[in-house]
Amino acid sequence: MKNEYNSIPKEKFEFVSQENIRFDQKFETKPIGYFKDAIMRFTKNKGSVVAGVILLLLIAFAVFAPVISSYGVNEQYTQYQYLLPKNKMFEGTGFWDGTKVKDASFKEYVYDNSHGAVVEVFEEYEQSNPTLMKYYKYRFDTYKRGFLYVTLEASAYQKLVQYENDNGIQIRYPMLDTSYTTNARLLLMHKEANYYYQLLPDMTPIFDNEGNIIPIYKVDDITGEYIYEEVTSTSVYRLRVDYDQYYVFQYGKEPLYLFGSDSFGRDIFARLGSGARLSIALGFSVALINILIGVIYGAIEGYYGGTADLIMERIADILIEIPSIILLTLFQIHFAGKIGPIPALLFAFVLTGWISTAARVRMQFYRFKRQEYVLAARTLGASDGRIIFRHILPNAIGTIITGSILMVPSVIFSESILSYLGIVDLTASDITSIGAMLNAGQTSLQYAPHVIFFPAIFISLLMISFNVFGNGLRDAFNPSLRGVEE
Amino acid sequence: MGKYIIKRLYLMVLSLFVIMTFLFILIRLLPFHVAGAPGADNDYALILREAYGYNEPILVQYGIFLWNIITKFDWGVSMQISWLTPVSKVLFDRLPSTMYVNLFAILISIPIGLGLGIFAALRKNKIEDQIISVGVMLAISVPSFVTAFLLQYIFYSKLGWLPAIMTATDESGWFSWDTIKSIILPVFSLAVGSIAGFTRYTRAELTEVLTSDFMLLARAKGLTRTQATINHALRNSMVPIFPMIVGEFISILGGSLIIENIFAVPGVGKLYLTSIQKLDYDVFMFVSMFYVVIGLVAALMVDLSYGIVDPRIRIGGGKAE
Repeated sequence: MKNEYNSIPKEKFEFVSQENIRFDQKFETKPIGYFKDAIMRFTKNKGSVVAGVILLLLIAFAVFAPVISSYGVNEQYTQYQYLLPKNKMFEGTGFWDGTKVKDASFKEYVYDNSHGAVVEVFEEYEQSNPTLMKYYKYRFDTYKRGFLYVTLEASAYQKLVQYENDNGIQIRYPMLDTSYTTNARLLLMHKEANYYYQLLPDMTPIFDNEGNIIPIYKVDDITGEYIYEEVTSTSVYRLRVDYDQYYVFQYGKEPLYLFGSDSFGRDIFARLGSGARLSIALGFSVALINILIGVIYGAIEGYYGGTADLIMERIADILIEIPSIILLTLFQIHFAGKIGPIPALLFAFVLTGWISTAARVRMQFYRFKRQEYVLAARTLGASDGRIIFRHILPNAIGTIITGSILMVPSVIFSESILSYLGIVDLTASDITSIGAMLNAGQTSLQYAPHVIFFPAIFISLLMISFNVFGNGLRDAFNPSLRGVEE
Repeated sequence: MGKYIIKRLYLMVLSLFVIMTFLFILIRLLPFHVAGAPGADNDYALILREAYGYNEPILVQYGIFLWNIITKFDWGVSMQISWLTPVSKVLFDRLPSTMYVNLFAILISIPIGLGLGIFAALRKNKIEDQIISVGVMLAISVPSFVTAFLLQYIFYSKLGWLPAIMTATDESGWFSWDTIKSIILPVFSLAVGSIAGFTRYTRAELTEVLTSDFMLLARAKGLTRTQATINHALRNSMVPIFPMIVGEFISILGGSLIIENIFAVPGVGKLYLTSIQKLDYDVFMFVSMFYVVIGLVAALMVDLSYGIVDPRIRIGGGKAE
């Protein structure tokens, strides 16, 4: 039997098919890799996709808001406190146009009306309690500041007059003559430029026969003309100006606060943009650094095991027991003065933040390091570094991505808490934080809720969309959920 | 079990010691700050600092500090918040307020949280479950201070039903109507987060148990769905939830920094913040250590309670027994 094959003549051999060499058929479908699969699974989850889009919008807001806004973060306009949000497009609609509906007494109504802050009167009613008084319900424009006394140098005064003449705008208004009364309280009230009309001692305005208020403009005795300025000392003028016009003259722009202004007349839109930048930048950079440290630490622990693992685990165990709030506080107290509050915050977050990533990576290394393919790689002469980074680490990439994307919102949350509580003090720097804005708005929650509304909405949206997005990503990247569709 | 507890206690003391050393050094390195409390006497403060060994090298200081704690449980005195009051008294005086608020919060969050979780698990993937899931997501994501502001704005500013801050308890007593009314808002702000936590956890556990084999057996032997759920599924799903409750109960000692600050609850969290603001280092050290101890004890109790609630879980045993 055996020898039979040895003596087959050469001619009997021939190629199976010399013309058509056959290959395996190619797959007609495209290969689906790990990432592609994850992305497919992710896009199936509508909620996470929506959250991702919102997240992108919020990040875009953080990037562009400070650029778009004509205000700086710390630009203060003390005359324009607590102005309501205003958008040019909504002018006159009663929504988002800087006006609000106000119920006020007769005196207040006349006061507001006398400098043009009343847009529209809805009703007029009487309230018998405690005395018979007229009340008004009207739309009130918060952007009408009215009159104000300003002091100007001679040169600036000349410029103002020139500006008035060039543009045909009246900025200066007559000074006041309070000689009609000697009542101390009234004299005090007339120090405010908006009370330019006669008052009774109980602050009720006096009307003339036609029912108009009686202005108390100062008149030159000789010429009979209004007096527009007072020379207080050598060539320093004191004027009574329409502040809204004066503002345009001084700054070359109209006051316009998209999200309203706060207690210092600062633009909430610009400040929120700055705070959002800080939050998002801090969140991502902390997550990035923590991943780097965590991956290296966890890889060394998991790969080498033994004594190295034991010692490194003990260090991590102890570090993780320190409540993060204490660590963050101590770092602020110690280093905020030397390296600035934000680097101090960053270091404190990094000090213990990597531990969870390290633990996850370590676990993955324990799972995979004894597997045959690793042995094969080692037999072929792969170095430790190559085995760690090329062969084992890719297995952990899903858990790393998930853990780190959920680390971002937790960092943002902690940062906002710390700046809210005032532990992180950013007043000296030219940036702000959402937490600090919340803290500032808290005092005016009752009468100016818009100050706290926008930062609160922003941080809530940010946290929600980050969490939903992160959960979606976790489901997409977690191979243990593969094939389990609910 | 006993051996395991001893081992854990040993590790706990070790961590505690390392953390305490770390905190001590960081705090003592802070710049010197003269007393400013009402009734403070600066000369006396300097003498006191000398007696407490502040002018010695840092390791000697630490020795004195440890010796005072071991022999007299003396953690130093407050120099800023309350002149010369021992810091332990400063803290323990504030403990009742914190516990009071937190206890109410936990008492409402356990039944509501478990109830919602069970309901959601039984209606898995139905509309009720989805509504609850969205609610849980919102409650977990929205920061607690935003919730607190919202509650304050609605119930104090707009409706005027409830006070914005907690009424001081010295005058009106703990259980007077005024006090109870004034803690409704802080209690709810605290509870929102833990309700969401309980709901999410209970739902996850119960859905897993409901699909397990022994539930099929229970139904097969003739139990109704309700019987099977109450007698078998619920009990088994409690295995990881009970330790969570234990953990929550221990952490009622530690006050929430944010809620106590917003609602002016005179508790531990507020004390922590005040000690930072006023740089009262001894108080800060003691409150910090208090938080660390609570964290460690809670973790230990959680681990131990696994063994209590489910005897099948052998904690710390060897490979085979």
